[in-house]
Amino acid sequence: MNFVALLGARALAVLNSFGHAAFFFLDLLRAIPPAMRRFGLVVVQIHAIGNRSLIIILSSGLAVGFVLALQMYYALVTYGAAESLGLIVNLALVRELGPVVTGLLFAGRAGTSLTAEIGLMKAGEQIAAMEMMAIDPKARVLAPRFVAGMVSMPILAILFSAIGILGAYVVAVLLIGVDAGNFWSIMQSKVDVWRDVGNGIVKSMVFGVICSFVALYQGYETDATPEGVAYATTRTVVISSLAILGMDFILTALMFSTP
Amino acid sequence: MGKKGIETLVGLFVLMGMLGLVFLALKAANLASFGGGDTYTLTAKFDNIGGLKPRAPVRSAGVNVGRVASITLDARTYQGVVRLEIDKGVQFPKDSQARILTAGLLGDQYIGLEPGADEKTLVAGDTITQTQSAVVLESLISQFLFNKAADAGGEAGAKK
Amino acid sequence: MPSENAPASGDALIEIDHVTFGYDASRTILNDISLRFQRGKVTSILGSSGCGKTTLLRLIGGVHAANSGTVTFDGERIDSRDRELMFRLRRRMGVLFQFGALFTDLSVFDNVAFPLREQTDLKESMIRDIVLMKLNAVGLRGAAKLRISEVSGGMARRIALARAIALDPELIMYDEPFAGLDLVSMGVAARLIRTLNDVTGSTSLVISHDVPECMAISDHVVLLANGGRIVAQGTPDELMSSTDPEVRQFVRGEPDGPVKFHYPAPTIAEDFGLGAGGTA
Repeated sequence: MNFVALLGARALAVLNSFGHAAFFFLDLLRAIPPAMRRFGLVVVQIHAIGNRSLIIILSSGLAVGFVLALQMYYALVTYGAAESLGLIVNLALVRELGPVVTGLLFAGRAGTSLTAEIGLMKAGEQIAAMEMMAIDPKARVLAPRFVAGMVSMPILAILFSAIGILGAYVVAVLLIGVDAGNFWSIMQSKVDVWRDVGNGIVKSMVFGVICSFVALYQGYETDATPEGVAYATTRTVVISSLAILGMDFILTALMFSTP
Repeated sequence: MGKKGIETLVGLFVLMGMLGLVFLALKAANLASFGGGDTYTLTAKFDNIGGLKPRAPVRSAGVNVGRVASITLDARTYQGVVRLEIDKGVQFPKDSQARILTAGLLGDQYIGLEPGADEKTLVAGDTITQTQSAVVLESLISQFLFNKAADAGGEAGAKK
Repeated sequence: MPSENAPASGDALIEIDHVTFGYDASRTILNDISLRFQRGKVTSILGSSGCGKTTLLRLIGGVHAANSGTVTFDGERIDSRDRELMFRLRRRMGVLFQFGALFTDLSVFDNVAFPLREQTDLKESMIRDIVLMKLNAVGLRGAAKLRISEVSGGMARRIALARAIALDPELIMYDEPFAGLDLVSMGVAARLIRTLNDVTGSTSLVISHDVPECMAISDHVVLLANGGRIVAQGTPDELMSSTDPEVRQFVRGEPDGPVKFHYPAPTIAEDFGLGAGGTA
C-alpha cells in the first residue's frame, strides 16, 4: 500500500476506535440504573477502589502540602507577603493540585488494577460465561466499578486538599513561624466556597469519569493474552493522564478565567 | 473480610470525605462568614461603581453585614444600580450613606454603610438615597494637577 | 454406553442451516454447514483443533452472527442483535466453558448460586438447597465453602458443570470438557454428562477431540475437518467402522493420512542445501 493509503487507513482506524469507545461509554451509562439497584456491588467496588487508594492519596497530599508551604514561603517572603501563605497553598491545592494529582495517582493505582482485573476476567472467559448466562456483563461487572470510580475520585481529591492544607499549616506555622491567625483568616476571606472548592470538586468528578471509563474500556477491549493485559494497563495510565491534563486546561479556562 | 466489614469501611470512607468537605468549606473558605442566610435586599445607585464586583462585602464600621448581589446599569439615568443583601439582624436608618471604599491601598473594593440619624429604618426593597461613588484614580490626578495649576496661577496673580 | 431409556424424540432442538462463518474475510471457519441436533440426545462434535467446533458453539449461543445461513433453537431463529430474544433463549441454555470460566472473586457456592441469584427471585434458603443439590450431583457438595483459587482443574470443571445446570436448562453445551484431565477425572466427566442427559431429559452438545470418551457416551457423532466442512456423521459404531480414510485417521489417531504430518515446506534438498545448486 502506498503511504497515503496507509495514512488514510490509520486515520479511519482511529475514527473507528473513537466510535467504538463512544458506544461503549453509552452502553456503560445505560448499564448504571440496573447496577444502582444492586447497590451492594457498588459498595464492594468503592472499597476496592476508594478505600484501598487512601494510603497513597493521603501520604501524597501531606507531602505536597509540606513542599508547597516551603516553596511558596520562599517565594512570598521576598515580597513581604508571607502572611498570605495559607491562601496560596489553599488555592493551589483546591483548584488544581487536589483534582489533578489525585487523578493521576488514581489512574496509576486504581485504573491499572481495574484494567488488569477486567482484562483477566475476559481472558478467563468469565465475561463470555456471563453473557451465555443471559447476564449483561456491563451491568454486573463494569457499571458498579464505573459508579465506584465516579464516587471515589471526588472524595479522594477532597481528602488530598484537606490533608495538604493541614500539612502546610504544620510546616508554615509550627516549623517556619508564620502567624497562625493570619494563615487561616486571610485564607478564609479570599477563598470562595463555590468558585474554588466547588469547581475543584467538579473537576475531580470529571477526572473520575474519565479515569474509570478509560480503565474499564482498555480492560474490556484487551487481547486475552499476558502481553495484551500488560499493554492495556500501560495504555490506561498514559491515556488517563493525558486526558486529565488536557481536560484540566479546558476546565480551568472555563471556570477560572473571569475574575 | 465479611460483607458487613466492607460496608462499614466504605461508610467510613464516605464520612471522611464529607468531613474533609466540611473542613474545606468552613475552615478554609468563606462559608462561615456567610451568616445565617436570612437577608433582605436594599438598592443603591452610584454614578461610578469603580472596581466593585458582585459578591463583594458590605461593611459597616468595618464589620461584614452583607454582600453585593448584583450590579446593573439603569438605562435611563445611566447610573450603576447595586443590589445589596443585608443580614436580617441589622437595620439601618433611612438616611444612611453607602460609599464605595477600597480595602487597604490597592485591595478589592467593598461597600461601606454609614448609619444616619433618622428614626425610621430601611426595609426590604428600599433604596439608599445617599451614595458616594468610587474614587477614580484619573479624576484624582487631574483634580490634583488642576489645583496645583490654580495655586500657581493665584500666586502669580497675587504677585502682580 | 448410550442408555436404552433415553427419551425418544425425533425432532431437532437445534437446526443449523447452510451456515457460513468467518471471523474476518480472510479465513472461513465454517463452510456451508447443515446439522440437526436431536432433542434428548447427546451429540458430539469431533475434529482437530481449529476446525470450528468452538465457533459452532458460539453461533448457537448467539455470541456471533453467521455470515450466511440460519441457526434455529426450538424453532426460533437466533439473532445475536435481538437482546430480548437472546435473553429469553439463553436462559434455556447452559454452557460449560473450557477450563470452567468460574468467577474467581466468588466462592464455589456463590459461583453455582450466581445464575439463580441473577435470574430468579428465589429466597436464599431455596437457593441454598438447589446449589447443594447441584453440587451433590457432581460430587462436590462438601467443597461449597472453598474459594476458586483452592480447587483443582478437574474440580473446577465439575463446579462449572454444576453452575451450568443450575437453572435446569434444556440444552447443555460442553466446550472441550475432557481437555487436560487425568483418566479418572475424564471418566467421571463422561459419566456425568451422560447421566445428566438421561436423568433430566435435556439435550447435550459435546465439543471435543477426545475420541474414546465421546464415542462411549454419544448417541450421534459429527466429524468436522479444517476449513469447516462435515466429513462424516452418524452413530459412534458407524464412525468407528467407517472406511473413509479421513474418518479412519481421526478415530484411530494415525499420525499421517489425509491430514498430513508435515506442514507444507520446501523439499529437504532445498532447505539443507544438498544436491544440485546447493553449497554444503
